[in-house]
Amino acid sequence: MYQFNWRPVFDNFGLLAKGLALGLGIALLALAIGSAIGLAAAFCRTHGSRPLRLLATSYVEAVRNIPLLLIIYFVYFGLPLLGLSLLDNIWSFIAALALYAGAYLTEVFRAGIEAVGKGQIEAARAIGLTRLQVVRHVTLPLMFRISLPSLGNTFISLFKDTSVASAIAVPELTYGAIRINVNTWRVIEVYLVVGLMYLSACYAISGVLRTVERRLRIAT
Amino acid sequence: MMDLVLASAPLIGRGLLITLAVSASVLVLGTALGLIGGLCLLYGTRPLQWAARIYVDVLRGVPQLVLIFAIFYGFPVLGLQMSAIAAGILALALFCAAHVSEVVRGAVGSIPRGQSDAARAIGLTFRQRLRHVILPQAVGRFLPAWVNTAVEIVKSSSLVSLVSVVDLTMATQQVVGRTREALLFYAVAAILYFVVNFALSLASRNLERRFSHA
Repeated sequence: MYQFNWRPVFDNFGLLAKGLALGLGIALLALAIGSAIGLAAAFCRTHGSRPLRLLATSYVEAVRNIPLLLIIYFVYFGLPLLGLSLLDNIWSFIAALALYAGAYLTEVFRAGIEAVGKGQIEAARAIGLTRLQVVRHVTLPLMFRISLPSLGNTFISLFKDTSVASAIAVPELTYGAIRINVNTWRVIEVYLVVGLMYLSACYAISGVLRTVERRLRIAT
Repeated sequence: MMDLVLASAPLIGRGLLITLAVSASVLVLGTALGLIGGLCLLYGTRPLQWAARIYVDVLRGVPQLVLIFAIFYGFPVLGLQMSAIAAGILALALFCAAHVSEVVRGAVGSIPRGQSDAARAIGLTFRQRLRHVILPQAVGRFLPAWVNTAVEIVKSSSLVSLVSVVDLTMATQQVVGRTREALLFYAVAAILYFVVNFALSLASRNLERRFSHA
């Protein structure tokens, strides 16, 4: 029978807690940057000229069919080989994750933009708003509310994806687990705790998001 | 440049084969388990439904990489020796099964209740209803979501490189390390992944057309 020994895990719990916080921070930052990319690309796809549409579509299709790990390696190991050593491992990972998130968020926002009723846009045009004003005061706010649930899901998957950052030694939660294991080899205990931490973080996030969604839901 | 590519072709080719083999094994195993899981969610007895629900929700809330590490490093501690590739396949298959369970539940759940009621009214047993009425219609709705899962699995298969399996990602790393031709070989790997996933999407579009009941 396996003898559990939780001591090494709890003695090093600070490492895991800090890792969890870092993972959440990275995911949030990647979500923010990715949203900017995604928003721009989504408007390219829905409102852009033909070449812009093509560019945005290629970006989305390319990134969504390539593993995140490969993008991370390209940014972290590849760019310095090309003479661009600007980023340390954490920022490399944030850049890679933001690039990756941008492709998914493009689709999220595109669906949101397309879901805004035609009548709303026409009504806004009819009361004399310019096209830019329509986008700013009608399309964007409605799109944001429509996209909120998918935005939340994307955030949760980004948070789970931060575990891949351990591949380039970013000290997030999974890397914390590796570190503790190297020193103590309490593998079962460590991964049970780490798994539980990811799980509870995911459910906590989704709980918060559901409250926000309820508050912001469009009255129908 | 061409001779560099040619010189590295065997290593990258072997990596691609491993990636394909891992993905295919994960998908076969994960889909089989997922079908069972999905049917448990839909038609299981109360405890079975609960067990399936907990399984799905837990597996979907933990990163794939953590599952891979937990099985690869954890099983030997419990006395179960396992090769890196087997651990990777098992971990990803368990993850895949959770997603497929949800996909099955969604596909079957989206068939209007009237279909099942009508089938019952003409005297079909539960099995017959499932076999001749529900499942044939569900396949068309199952496929698109399944392909999304499959694409995710091909991408996730790159994570097995982190437990030292020489798949396409690891092979690319080795070649880049040796030749220092980052742009070239990351592009080659990206294109290969893209082609595999694109082929998957194309195949599914063909299948969907065959299974779609207007």
